[in-house]
Amino acid sequence: MLKNFFPNKILSLSNTIINSLILLLIIVVIIGLIYSLLISPPDYIQGDSVRIMYVHVPSSFMALGCFGFIGLASICNLIFKIKFMSLLAKSLAPIGFIFALISIVTGSFWGKPTWGVWWVWDARLTSMTILLFFYIAYILTWKMLNNFDKANNISSIIGIVGLLNIPVIKYSVDWWNTLHQPSSITLTSAPTIHYSMLVPLVVMFFGMLIYTLIIFLMRYKTEVIKFKIEKKKNYK
Amino acid sequence: MLTKKVKSRIFFLSALVILAAVVIFVILRSLEENVVYFFSPTEIYNKANISFDKKIRIGGLVKKNSVSKKDTSINFIITDLKKEIVVSYNGIVPNLFSEGKGVVAEGKLKDKKYFIADKILAKHDENYMPPEVSEALEKSNN
Repeated sequence: MLKNFFPNKILSLSNTIINSLILLLIIVVIIGLIYSLLISPPDYIQGDSVRIMYVHVPSSFMALGCFGFIGLASICNLIFKIKFMSLLAKSLAPIGFIFALISIVTGSFWGKPTWGVWWVWDARLTSMTILLFFYIAYILTWKMLNNFDKANNISSIIGIVGLLNIPVIKYSVDWWNTLHQPSSITLTSAPTIHYSMLVPLVVMFFGMLIYTLIIFLMRYKTEVIKFKIEKKKNYK
Repeated sequence: MLTKKVKSRIFFLSALVILAAVVIFVILRSLEENVVYFFSPTEIYNKANISFDKKIRIGGLVKKNSVSKKDTSINFIITDLKKEIVVSYNGIVPNLFSEGKGVVAEGKLKDKKYFIADKILAKHDENYMPPEVSEALEKSNN
């Protein structure tokens, strides 16, 4: 499995795989959107504003997941000095950043009709904002520092420290009183979402997962090529 | 299999992570008062030193049959099913504000049982379902 992500393997990734993934993405997202916007019922208290959930929740999940991966890759990178780990993490960062931004913006749109405010500084919203800044710091480190090894080390430390924030975001709604509601989907108990709303949520989740995968593969290929060019330049 | 260099890096990094986790934990613990978004009526009841001129937020459920409206002012009781606080507010409440549902009020305490709010936020829970299901549930409960 891991072997498929070795730098030389990714270069032979053909466009047909990407194209078929894009086709799959379009199908899944169209089904997901039709289901979540038209077929699924309005909520018993929130009415139609609950439909924001179908974008908000999967985006938040992706934002957390991407950073979780960046953090783990950073640990592998610092300890075992595996170069391509940093390339993997580097290619995931912009996707995670965009999803964190989508999560915050759609959450704000959801907050106004339900809570009555666009924004509050409760534990969940604040820790999510901190995650956004970790993404910005991580991406900027790669952009600002031209020395690969230096950028690699600093960004890995940012990734590892940011990893500690992930459980804080996840459990903020359980540890403290927050305006944000607790999780509806947990590993330990049955989901508190009716199945007619859970199905479109899961479909949208897979849509965003496929999107993440496509952008990640494309970026990773680019990063590997860029890395190889840099290496050649340095030899001359 | 692990070389000495790798071992020392693992040791160094895990020490660093544990240290950072402890620091974050201590900071969050000492800032607990600021991290919690609102206090429940029981927490207010148990609190020793409350400043009555500082703005705070209290939250809980709107007690059933406790809402009374007069012109633009509204009175209701916030409960956590153990202790209660009477809230008085002048203004428009959010759409989702209703009896038996979650609410957060921002304002000042007059005393431990009476709260003057200048902002009301509706808090909803993690249950999502279509209206028909909720009606059916209510019917079966009654």
